[in-house]
Amino acid sequence: MTDDTSLNLFQQQEANRRRTVILVIGFVLFFAWLGFGGDFIYYLATADAAPETYHHTFPWFGLLMTAIGAGIARYGFATGPNKVLWSTGAQEVVDPATDKERQLVNVVEEMAIAAGIPRPRIWIVPDPDPNAFATGLDQGHSHIAVTQGLLDLCSRDELQAVIAHELGHVKNLDVRLMTTLAALVGAVALMHDGMGRLMQGGFRVGGGSGGGGSRGGKKGGLGQLAIVLLVLWVITWILAPIISQFLAMAVSRKREYLADAMGAQFTRNPMALASALQKIESADAPTSSIKRGAAHLCIADPLGRRMNLHEGGMANLLATHPPMAARIARLKGMAYQRLKAEGQFPTT
Amino acid sequence: MGGTVILLIILAVVVLYGVSAYNGLINLKNQTLNAFKQIDVQLKRRHDLIPNLVNAVKGAMDFERQTLEAVIQARNQAVAAGANAAPGAVKQIAAAENQLTAALSRFNVVVEQYPQLKATANVGQLQEELTSTENRISFSRQAYNDTATQYNTKQQQFPTSLFAGIAKATPAELWEITDEGERAVPQVDLSMKPKA
Repeated sequence: MTDDTSLNLFQQQEANRRRTVILVIGFVLFFAWLGFGGDFIYYLATADAAPETYHHTFPWFGLLMTAIGAGIARYGFATGPNKVLWSTGAQEVVDPATDKERQLVNVVEEMAIAAGIPRPRIWIVPDPDPNAFATGLDQGHSHIAVTQGLLDLCSRDELQAVIAHELGHVKNLDVRLMTTLAALVGAVALMHDGMGRLMQGGFRVGGGSGGGGSRGGKKGGLGQLAIVLLVLWVITWILAPIISQFLAMAVSRKREYLADAMGAQFTRNPMALASALQKIESADAPTSSIKRGAAHLCIADPLGRRMNLHEGGMANLLATHPPMAARIARLKGMAYQRLKAEGQFPTT
Repeated sequence: MGGTVILLIILAVVVLYGVSAYNGLINLKNQTLNAFKQIDVQLKRRHDLIPNLVNAVKGAMDFERQTLEAVIQARNQAVAAGANAAPGAVKQIAAAENQLTAALSRFNVVVEQYPQLKATANVGQLQEELTSTENRISFSRQAYNDTATQYNTKQQQFPTSLFAGIAKATPAELWEITDEGERAVPQVDLSMKPKA
């Protein structure tokens, strides 16, 4: 059995590395489409114009946007973990001051030993709602953050189980993919907000009789193809944040089950995680300091969306987390299996 | 001509497989060694912690001298066993450490009987340290056993078993422990249960 899980682990790590690369490439291609598409439309729009007016022949936007996309991806990948931590207002535990903090540091060290990975850096999010997340790019440079609420609410065993779940994400490199995704989703959202305002201005100028600024194209020459392209292009702009949200959701649901199982394997105590999830679930106030961009990183959906209560149908499309009841049921199943096995022979 | 090519291809496949099997075994061997070192680190931590703990409670627990002495004695024996044992002599070290574990759990039971003692900040902290250390030891043991089992399985499985000799792979000894239930009762039972 151990052999199987290790093989799966290796495959998981490879898959996560590969998906991160695909994600980054897709992100840059998306930017290229936005840029070159704009160029092409502009080119068609100016192709029939009078010879002495401006003809858009060199794809400036395309090159610029591709460069911007690559830059953002590079920057997002490198600073993703810090950005995620920063966005939640987490504070690093350098010198544990209280008993609870000391316990947290100890528990993280213990689970790092069980998982066989270097100890991650530890952060506390000052929020009364219990939640936790892990971030980082590889096993050697990872971070684990818990909310103050989780520290206050959970027993030592439950805290241990939650940390084990998070280290499961670290060990199979889920954090790499999910952190990169968080950084890129954040970038798209930001860009969309900013550029949306810019574009509105631009269209008003273009819609007028072609006067203002060097970029106001003459409307006369817009062919049918150009119109179709323009519509498609604008739709992409509008849909960008929604698409990136879908990506974030699809990427994270199955992983939670897997990390639950890995956590149970590290602690050999599935019931502790089940009871921790129960506590997190019953404290149903949303975790206000964790925003949409980092939601898919958390152990439980910080936004408290109703969508996560079901499985199948729309929920499969829209939820970032599997239903809590199903996760708890699976963990209880594991505990039962374990008890059955323990009845006959002692296990490690 | 065609036959030679096919033969060469088959040979290349076998060699490539052999290299990857060999490397896999070496990799697991090093992981197992590393996991064993990790247990050592944690046992050292435990040995260093015990004198502090005993000193902290000595004054208040004068009447429990016997328990304290048992802990100290078991600790010294474990340190000696760790120092004298040949590298990899898992059984010897495990026996001494199990004795220490038993003594420590009796000690913990005694401390639980003195709430005012537990309330002292220093003792409370030391107890948390002790809990954590005990956990670290058992988790490092668990990690070692998992890795060693994986290593042993790889060695025995066909066709990797063909390359076990070349990689000088020998089965690693598992770290047997008495189970949780036995550990909790303040009575030493060192007979190791046979594995089912």
